[in-house]
Amino acid sequence: MTDAPFPLYPHRHLLGIKGLSPLDIETLLDRADAAVAISRQQEKKTAALRGRTQINLFYEASTRTQSSFELAGKRLGADVMNMSVASSSTKKGETLLDTAMTLNAMRPDILVIRHSAAGAAALLAQKVSCSVVNAGDGAHEHPTQALLDALTIRRAKGRIGGLTVAICGDILHSRVARSNIVLLNALGARVRVVAPSTLLPSGIGQMGVEPFTRMDEGLKDADIVMMLRLQRERMAGSLVPSVREYFRLYGLDARKLKAAKEDVLVMHPGPMNRGVEIASEIADGPQSLIQEQVEMGVAVRMAVMEALLDPRRNAEGGAA
Amino acid sequence: MSATVFTNARIIDPSRALDERGAVIVADGRILAAGSDAMNQGAPDNAETVDCGGHAILPGLIDARVFIGEPGAEHRETIASASRAAAAGGVTSLVMMPDTTPVIDDVALVEFVLRTARDTAIVNIFPSAAITKGFVGRELSEFGLLQEAGAVMLTEGRATIANALTMRRALTYARDLGITIAHETQDRDLGASGVMNEGLFASWLGLSGIPREAETIPLVRDLMLARLTGGRYHAAKISTAMSAAAIARAKDEGAEVSAGVSINHLALNENDIGDYRTFFRLSPPLRTEDDRLAMVEALKNGVIDIVVSSHDPQDVDTKRLPFAEAESGAIGLETLLSAALRLHHNGDVPLMRLVECLSAAPARQFGLPGGTLRPGAPADLVLVDLDAPWLVREADIRSLSKNTCFEGARMQGRVLQTMVAGRTVFSA
Repeated sequence: MTDAPFPLYPHRHLLGIKGLSPLDIETLLDRADAAVAISRQQEKKTAALRGRTQINLFYEASTRTQSSFELAGKRLGADVMNMSVASSSTKKGETLLDTAMTLNAMRPDILVIRHSAAGAAALLAQKVSCSVVNAGDGAHEHPTQALLDALTIRRAKGRIGGLTVAICGDILHSRVARSNIVLLNALGARVRVVAPSTLLPSGIGQMGVEPFTRMDEGLKDADIVMMLRLQRERMAGSLVPSVREYFRLYGLDARKLKAAKEDVLVMHPGPMNRGVEIASEIADGPQSLIQEQVEMGVAVRMAVMEALLDPRRNAEGGAA
Repeated sequence: MSATVFTNARIIDPSRALDERGAVIVADGRILAAGSDAMNQGAPDNAETVDCGGHAILPGLIDARVFIGEPGAEHRETIASASRAAAAGGVTSLVMMPDTTPVIDDVALVEFVLRTARDTAIVNIFPSAAITKGFVGRELSEFGLLQEAGAVMLTEGRATIANALTMRRALTYARDLGITIAHETQDRDLGASGVMNEGLFASWLGLSGIPREAETIPLVRDLMLARLTGGRYHAAKISTAMSAAAIARAKDEGAEVSAGVSINHLALNENDIGDYRTFFRLSPPLRTEDDRLAMVEALKNGVIDIVVSSHDPQDVDTKRLPFAEAESGAIGLETLLSAALRLHHNGDVPLMRLVECLSAAPARQFGLPGGTLRPGAPADLVLVDLDAPWLVREADIRSLSKNTCFEGARMQGRVLQTMVAGRTVFSA
């Protein structure tokens, strides 16, 4: 594991895509490409993080992301501990920071956190002495999702710069959308968002995207269509009138997809609501990258944790 | 009794539009004379003389919006600790908000505050009382009895009365008593789950926003009701240009209305939240720089009448949380004057106007003693080095809670001595 060919990742944490340079992002994607190869071998285990401890602290249930992080850590040889704190944020009890300080005293090397409050990962990072990976904080960021999306696109299309990517659905509440908007812009893609205006955040026009409220216009000549999950509680009445209206106007089906380029590819961060934001024929069809995204998820998380715990950092006496 | 003569002072007294060199003579807890000709009548025998070295003497500040934890949350702030913080900040009188546990909506609680203040406080504490019983927004509290017991204003504290009929009746009934209804407006539904100003910055942070309209829509309703009823209405804490415009219009139309702004909304904007800094979570939320500038302009041109600290002590269990889960509020008694002087030093608001909004105006607005250096007035005054630079450090904060927006801030202008009724309650 000595003299890895990759440039040293300059940050101690991964809290968001914002703040990363295009080189930081490309380096993580290059590392992830190498990790894909490892995951495809029969012997899937390396010793990169042997002796290191990884704690997954999940305040929101997430089978997919948590198991992806767990598998990534194990393939790198780390000891992985899962803490599922299935409790609402307002419930009385130990505060996030007290829990974090307790875990910190167990001297982990890396803390992966998922929390319903925006800024939770940043708050944690200020108080603990190990590296923190944001696995989703409220509607703020979900950086490893954006990285795995980028890796998927790069491997499928050979590039990201110059592509037109349409992100469709509940942009307002989506951390996936925010991280993707930042990352895709950093790498030179043209980013569109498509949603009813009730699901677009205030100031969307200044966020580096072109907003659309009609699918046929938003998808026109797109290279990539990224669908977002619509949370069940947001369907009933207040933000969109009904599921059937939403599917009719914003659900991705073969008819709407025709507006995009011939070789368009479709993505979804999961878990999908079939028949709400995406039709099964598309989700399971030849244009779908959804299974690849899951595979890339493990690779990207391996790459991120390896980069954060780069042994060269300690050799230099602990870079910032 | 004791007497003090402050010589070689710059005397700033907005109640008499006076800014001149001279002396202030204090005897028996009252101002005997203040101005360039004060020494003409001669100093009392045995008077202690203080050479002010050219520094300024202002009327003691009156802070009309202070939240205190007593009764119910004494670990955050007591009446005694708030009074020590006030004294250090040059605040000689404060109006205490009824947001305590229990809510101050009853004569016995007003009496408790006055009794505790008399026994433990070193500045003047004036209680306010809830408009509705328990802040429920339905039944009016006993305005007349509360006023008789010593409540100087009626306010729902941090809460907003949603029901227009309740507000109409409160204004109508309060008019007969000549007592002011002070109201902080935020539409609960429109504000929804918002935790900061709605806009691009909130969108990037992934925090839900509170639109400006959530403040201004109920404010406009209140202003129309003030017109309708002839009641005296005070918009306790406005933060948007739209609100200032609505106040200006209501004043033009002759309504009995006034407005206040917190020092935070004059000195800070939403960008100060930075990386989810919960000490900057306030209500109303910090707005954009355009709104801040509108507040400064409204203060200068008289649309806004008074400046308050909106001192709101919160401790680690309510602030050391993710932003959306933290309480709003920041302390401010100790930094009120220094932060306000920023507006003087950078030329935004004339010094005389600033001091007026911190002393004479709130005294007039709520019928409080003090706020003036006129002969015969209580000797509530503050000696200030208007230019002394200093750094706000957590370790120096006297308040029991440390949630200041100004930690590490550089200030220019510092309180040297504070006097309440002729007694020195603070000296640097």
